[in-house]
Amino acid sequence: MSAQPLIYARGLVKRFGEFTAVDGIDLEVAPGEAFGFLGPNGAGKSSTMRMIGCVSTPTAGELRILGMDAVREGPRIRARLGVCPQLDNLDPDLTVRENLVTYARYFGLSRAESRRRADELLEFVQLSDRANGKVEPLSGGMKRRLTIARAMVNDPDLVLLDEPTTGLDPQARHLLWERLFRLKQRGTTLVLTTHYMDEAEQLCDRLVVMDGGRIVAEGSPRSLIETYSTAEVVELRFPGMPEAGARHAAALAGVGKRVDPLPDRVLVYVDDGDAALAEIHRRGLEPSSVLVRRSTLEDVFLHLTGRTLVD
Amino acid sequence: MALRTELRSETAPVRRVRPTLAVLERHLVLYRRLWQASVFSSFLLPVLFLLSIGIGVGSYVGRVQGVDYLSWIVPGVLASTAFQIAVGESTYSVLGDFKWVRAYHAMRATPVGPVDMVRGHLLYLVLRVTIAVAAFLVVVVFFGGLHSPWALVTPLVCALLTVSVAAPVTAFAASIDHDSYFSLLFRFVVIPSTLFAGVFFPVEQLTAVLRPLAYASPLWHAVELCRAATLGRDTAWPVPVHAGYLLAWAVAGLFLAVRAFRRRLED
Repeated sequence: MSAQPLIYARGLVKRFGEFTAVDGIDLEVAPGEAFGFLGPNGAGKSSTMRMIGCVSTPTAGELRILGMDAVREGPRIRARLGVCPQLDNLDPDLTVRENLVTYARYFGLSRAESRRRADELLEFVQLSDRANGKVEPLSGGMKRRLTIARAMVNDPDLVLLDEPTTGLDPQARHLLWERLFRLKQRGTTLVLTTHYMDEAEQLCDRLVVMDGGRIVAEGSPRSLIETYSTAEVVELRFPGMPEAGARHAAALAGVGKRVDPLPDRVLVYVDDGDAALAEIHRRGLEPSSVLVRRSTLEDVFLHLTGRTLVD
Repeated sequence: MALRTELRSETAPVRRVRPTLAVLERHLVLYRRLWQASVFSSFLLPVLFLLSIGIGVGSYVGRVQGVDYLSWIVPGVLASTAFQIAVGESTYSVLGDFKWVRAYHAMRATPVGPVDMVRGHLLYLVLRVTIAVAAFLVVVVFFGGLHSPWALVTPLVCALLTVSVAAPVTAFAASIDHDSYFSLLFRFVVIPSTLFAGVFFPVEQLTAVLRPLAYASPLWHAVELCRAATLGRDTAWPVPVHAGYLLAWAVAGLFLAVRAFRRRLED
């Protein structure tokens, strides 16, 4: 039983008319895993999440959630899922507690049990003092925490979070991450979409990078960095930058594994930053500023999905 | 295989009662915050109507079809109150729960399905209407407006009317994307229905051209049934025809509403 994946997809496709949002993806998510979908807007992350949440029917392919067929057993699957959607859909005219209690009732929990769960979860997301207040005046971060509490109300086997921290300020994001990390520690299986690299690195054991409806890379944050980037990145700025960029990039050839000239700086992907710097100085190059940093998922992401702006 | 399908269709309605009640419960929790406002429109207003038109206008009108005017319009006001609540509560609030609050999207992520959403909503309206109608009847007793114990079935008629108008209007509200369509609905359907469906004067007064409009309106059939009940006399057409017509609207409306919900929540 424990070996059975919670999510199993083979050749999963979602088309809207002519447009193919998800173009034949394979997935497996094991119990207890924190799994992430990373990708630019329009990559097919949300469409995939909606199919996993059994609110959107796959156009083709096989999809099994918790061992059940996603198309035929939707209600039974949804009974064991917790969903935090991208757009808040809390009831603004109900109080904070009423939002949780009415939602718990959708899952068939008794009234007493619903109230008990609501109070417990309000404690968990640190909203107990707002329990009897309306939802409307809550801040974005508080609403998001309430939505996450609501997603937990049925004690789900699998929690789906679609861009959980988009639009939140840094404090709110960190508080949310900390709560999600606690859930993860308790063994709750989390599946989330994000386009924040730091979020993926903080929360995900394993992730896939999606682009144009396909999975373009898969692995742990560390292994993705090792495969698609280098241990360190040297960021160099030169005087007269946009025009001089290409010339400097050519002069840097061979210093690292890859050289990426951007309009404002040149990135050099290297295994050892200090050794690379020594080599740069030996070649007589004189950058106006130098930054040696560890490689991040952002480097992987930009490498895989390109630098073109997607809106 | 055939046996399995049969078993399924037998157990399905039983399993689905709970989610329906959960949807009803949400409406009731919301109503708890808004009921003061609705007391005026669904109870005080009809009573004021009855007093001003029934007694005020009635003293000039005299007797209509053999009874005093107040007694004559009681069943009309009764049914049209049900009609107003049923239509009014199936427009902005339904569209809003799709478009602005997205409450139906929230429910969609749970075991609650489109059938439960529609049934919960209609059950809530039946409850609202029944309470409003019962309260109105109690007031009317003091004015001597009821002439037959059959008046006790009027809440049932009003409940049926509620489903037969609320269900198609709900389907309409779930299909549109902009609330400006509602003003068309009120202007061209709701107001003419109220004016020409035998609420304030017998439809026989209408010219032959307009009369079929009254016959087409579910409200007229409910008014006929209610009037026969409160006055203790026969309906214009056989009772099964009136009831059957209302039932047909209810069934068609339910079908359309569930289909509209399903379409809107899919993808």
